[in-house]
Amino acid sequence: MKLTDISNNINEWFNGTGPLADIVISSRIRLARNLADYKFLSRCSNTEKTEILEKLKDTLMTMNLGDRVFYISIDKAPPLDRNCLVERHLISRHHAFGKGPRGAVIAERESFTAMINEEDHLRLQVLRGGLQLSACAEHINRIDDMLEKKVDYAFSPRYGYLTACPTNVGTGIRVSVMLHLPALKMTNQTEKFFNAARAMNLAVRGLFGEGTDAAGDFYQLSNQVTLGICEAEIIQQLEKTIIPEIVEYENQARRQLLAKDTDILDDKISRAMALLKNAHLISSQEALFLLSHLRLGINMHDRMGASTPAIEQLCKLTDTADKTGCLSISTINRLFMLTLPAHLQINYGKELDPTHRDALRAQIIRQALNQENS
Amino acid sequence: MQCQICNSNEATIHLTEISDGVRTEMHLCESCAAEQGIAIKSQIPLNELLINLLAVQPGDDEMLDPSKKETVCPHCGFTLDQFRKEAVLGCPKDYEVFEKSLLPLIEKAHDGHTSHCGKIPTKVPTDTKKQIEITGLRQQLDAAVLAEQYERAAELRDKIEHLSRGPKGTGEHTL
Repeated sequence: MKLTDISNNINEWFNGTGPLADIVISSRIRLARNLADYKFLSRCSNTEKTEILEKLKDTLMTMNLGDRVFYISIDKAPPLDRNCLVERHLISRHHAFGKGPRGAVIAERESFTAMINEEDHLRLQVLRGGLQLSACAEHINRIDDMLEKKVDYAFSPRYGYLTACPTNVGTGIRVSVMLHLPALKMTNQTEKFFNAARAMNLAVRGLFGEGTDAAGDFYQLSNQVTLGICEAEIIQQLEKTIIPEIVEYENQARRQLLAKDTDILDDKISRAMALLKNAHLISSQEALFLLSHLRLGINMHDRMGASTPAIEQLCKLTDTADKTGCLSISTINRLFMLTLPAHLQINYGKELDPTHRDALRAQIIRQALNQENS
Repeated sequence: MQCQICNSNEATIHLTEISDGVRTEMHLCESCAAEQGIAIKSQIPLNELLINLLAVQPGDDEMLDPSKKETVCPHCGFTLDQFRKEAVLGCPKDYEVFEKSLLPLIEKAHDGHTSHCGKIPTKVPTDTKKQIEITGLRQQLDAAVLAEQYERAAELRDKIEHLSRGPKGTGEHTL
């Protein structure tokens, strides 16, 4: 399987479906594991890294993972391919631009990735659309259990699964949800959200993980503590209490916008629409920022029956993918993903300088949005 | 305290400037600080935090005798000094070799927790598994008592007693 087979479309988990998917874009669980008989990667020679890579790759590729999988040698892949995998959330930035022999086993439906020789020997990852942490946990556990029968993990009775960085030791689990919180931002309440998250020992990051900004009002929320709290407790707390509460805050903010601040809401949506329909150069940051407002408008129309002048105008736009209906969330999500820098260039067939990328991005968005019903 | 600029958000950034002997204080929220060009890292990566913590905390050996050579892991040749620079360990055995120095960091990074609770590989000997489960249940029991959930605490106490009394495992598997 080639990367161009998937780069023309959005991931299954990003098509706007799943519980609470209007606010919870996706759920992800990662597990950090290391082989017992090897040093951690910082002390491994390239020969040892290759040995680990081959061992884990062969084990994973011969296991029945429940999905068809393909393997990508990350250190040999061109930078554009690596960036594309990062944009699709299939591998981390650290894995894409790390050192030495490393690879990734990826499910064709993109719900599962095994990153080999990332910071740890193995980082398993499961992704689903909407709030589906328990389903992710069940999926990743099944794979982890199968693997554990074939390889020996580094484990200590005192500290649990041993990881290269002590911040991941214990369960080695990182439970994350990607949230779209534009109304909290418009009503100046994001700081409350940050403070509450910090108080609960949760990390808030941007769209592409550590060190990235919260572009387009997308935030990644994840647990920081991995020792002394069991996996089920972390998942249960996030899925049953914390995330539903945040979703309710965002919904309250959306209701507040409708009841008291329609002008603020309509201004954001109308400006976004005007720019996206007419601009000839758009950066990826600006596109994320503006598309975020369209996404909010469509979701408020579909889920809350909102009908302000700007939302009505927005819903008059025909969906180019589905001519019978109005602009859908999956089309907006498609624009989010396919206009990211690496996706743009891979789908165009060659590398482009930033100005040409901005022009191509603007053209794709204009084509998708300038098809009004009459 | 409210932000001095917008007067609505909570001030979370407090700046003190002393210029020509004159002291001025500013109390701002994150968004107003950003508008003023004051760069704030809202989320410091834990790795970075750990390195900073280790950098200001001398290792045990160094504290006892500064002339003493730093401990080197016999399995991978790693030293704490390297950990301070790279924020990752050299091999799984480092957790034992540098336990004294790592423990305070582990405690800080994991909200005071210092022992595992949760999944255990099936290959781990049954006795060890039982010990880990009992440790985990004890932690849950302490939390339940603190939260005054006495019914839950009683359930956990019974589980601990049951596990402690149970038949001993064969221990035939090794990790």
